[in-house]
Amino acid sequence: MAPGLRLLRGNVGLMVAPVVIAIAGVLLAVRVGGAEKDFSEASALQWSERLWPQLRRHIELTMWSTFWVLIIAIPLGILLTRPRLKFLAGPVLTVANSGQAIPAYGLLVLLAAWLGTTFSTAVIAFTIFAILPVLRNTMVGLDQVDKSVIEAGRGMGMSRRRALVSIELPLAVPVILAGVRTALVINVGMAALAFLIGGGGLGETINSGLKLQRDLTTFTGAAMVALLALTVDWIAAVAERVLRPRGL
Amino acid sequence: MNQSDTTEPMIRLDRVSKVYPGQSSPAVAELSLDIARGEVLVLVGPSGCGKSTTLRLINRMIEPSNGRIIFDGEDVTGVNPDLLRRRIGYVIQQIGLFPHMTIADNVATVPRLLGWKKDKIRARVDELLDMVGLEPNVYRDRYPKELSGGQAQRCGVARALGADPEVLLMDEPFGAIDPITRDRLQNEFLRLQSELKKTIVFVTHDIDEAMKMGDRIAILKESSQIAQLDKPEHILAYPVDDFVDDFIGSGSTLKGLSFERVRDLELSPYPMIRHNAGHAQARRVLDEAPQRWLLVLDDMDRPLRWVNDSHLDRTDRPLRDLGHPVRAKVEPNATLHDTLEAMLTSMAGCACVIDKRGSLQGVVEIEALTDVIRRLRANARKHYEDENGQSQPTGTPS
Ligand SMILES: Nc1ncnc2c1ncn2[C@@H]1O[C@H](COP(=O)(O)OP(=O)(O)OP(=O)(O)O)[C@@H](O)[C@H]1O
Ligand SMILES: [Mg+2]
Repeated sequence: MAPGLRLLRGNVGLMVAPVVIAIAGVLLAVRVGGAEKDFSEASALQWSERLWPQLRRHIELTMWSTFWVLIIAIPLGILLTRPRLKFLAGPVLTVANSGQAIPAYGLLVLLAAWLGTTFSTAVIAFTIFAILPVLRNTMVGLDQVDKSVIEAGRGMGMSRRRALVSIELPLAVPVILAGVRTALVINVGMAALAFLIGGGGLGETINSGLKLQRDLTTFTGAAMVALLALTVDWIAAVAERVLRPRGL
Repeated sequence: MNQSDTTEPMIRLDRVSKVYPGQSSPAVAELSLDIARGEVLVLVGPSGCGKSTTLRLINRMIEPSNGRIIFDGEDVTGVNPDLLRRRIGYVIQQIGLFPHMTIADNVATVPRLLGWKKDKIRARVDELLDMVGLEPNVYRDRYPKELSGGQAQRCGVARALGADPEVLLMDEPFGAIDPITRDRLQNEFLRLQSELKKTIVFVTHDIDEAMKMGDRIAILKESSQIAQLDKPEHILAYPVDDFVDDFIGSGSTLKGLSFERVRDLELSPYPMIRHNAGHAQARRVLDEAPQRWLLVLDDMDRPLRWVNDSHLDRTDRPLRDLGHPVRAKVEPNATLHDTLEAMLTSMAGCACVIDKRGSLQGVVEIEALTDVIRRLRANARKHYEDENGQSQPTGTPS
């Protein structure tokens, strides 16, 4: 705990954020718990039957899609910055860009029509959406590493791989992590659409609130997504600080 | 260390060329160069003439388009460059310390690559930091951003010396540093080299740095063509063409004097006298000598005063109170450059050579210096004429 606290020192935002999130969470629980609900509201806002499983599903969707983004985008970014494959960087970025330009709804429906309405389909869709920031940041992060530092390493007899692992990647970590953080936040938001193709998540609560015109339900779902996004962002920010190599 | 013949060059470039893709003129054209064991060879030349390219061809950071590179008797044009580079220390112009590693980890780079044991690496790191003047206990765990420019340069040199390579390549290692610190680093480097006796190829575009650091200097024109390759004093005394002459700039004769030492001069006799002698005797000594000044010595033969004709006429005070005090004194290992400077400030236009205790060993007059300059010129010219039958040199030194 002590070293963790020391890392956060000097960044008031990082220390205050969890407190604010916790207070907001408690206020939300009090508000929802104390409100008068009709039958549909009461069943939609049931914690152990509805909200908690949806929240868990939402987190699972986010984690899995982010996991696949990392597995795909970081190695791809590394490959595309190697001298031999550099010529592919432009075309691949164009494709990745257009992946993000397609409306989310359209992509989801297309994939569902093709792969069926399952959890995996949702994960695949969100993976495609969040790949770009991580891929781009990996490439930028590697590109911005001071060439003279790499030359020094290679000049002392580091192999290409060794220079990549012990110089380029550590020095690119801050930029790559910033991309991962963006991807996580995108995925929390996107996961709210998973209900469209039967993927579950907090989107179901929001949707039922909208359909039945129950504002409290809609508000609760949206607020939970927002709090989750803030929490994930906070965790990512802490990770950025902890994983950032010392000396930079 | 090495069983091979010590007269064999440590590094030989055999008609090496490099044409960068998409460029019409070569960056290095048919360069042949031998670098002897234990020497500091300086590559100097105008910007863009191919110095860095030449250096990087040696450790194969750049692959030659043509020609062979012989390292320690072995043709290394085809060997694994990573293994070759672990045997060659490399200091790049921008230093290039790894910002995310501590100073100790930076210095340990090559020993780690070679798989040394932890204890051995730790001991070696401390030894190297000590060697370059960075107190290990203070600097070991710092990060590069916590060093000054000069400290970073030292760390770069320590890192290059990591696994005690026989050869060191240095690309403008003291480039981006203020003149005072640079001077200090240069002196430390020369002291270090006098102990380590590495084979060093040193790139700079500063001719004065070249003169100071180099056992030999290769002055390069565009495409790394050698304009002149020789000891600094030869180049200063006898620039072979206008290009070299321009490049070494004005004052080359003066610069040449800093390679000669007072102890090697043959000093002609100078009129001198003890402080307790009478005026009549002083006048006699002065009249017999061609010089206009008389040097007055104390009981220990330490020079006291300069006295001339007019002083002797004026009064009859003792000699030790007459004339001007002697200020221009040099020790036998002073350079002629420093000696000349002392002479210019002296009343008599001469410098007294004294030993450790201050006793006079001789007097340097301006003729002694002009003789040296004439002799240097003649020697350098002769050296080129002997070698080529004419004065059109490029090649190897004596
Ligand atoms: N990677 C490269 N690709 C193409 N051309 C290059 C490359 N590196 C150097 N050159 C060219 O080769 C020539 C020699 O360059 P080099 O870096 O060896 O010069 P230099 O003598 O070290 O100059 P400086 O004193 O400015 O460092 C220059 O004309 C330069 O433009
Ligand atoms: Mg250069």
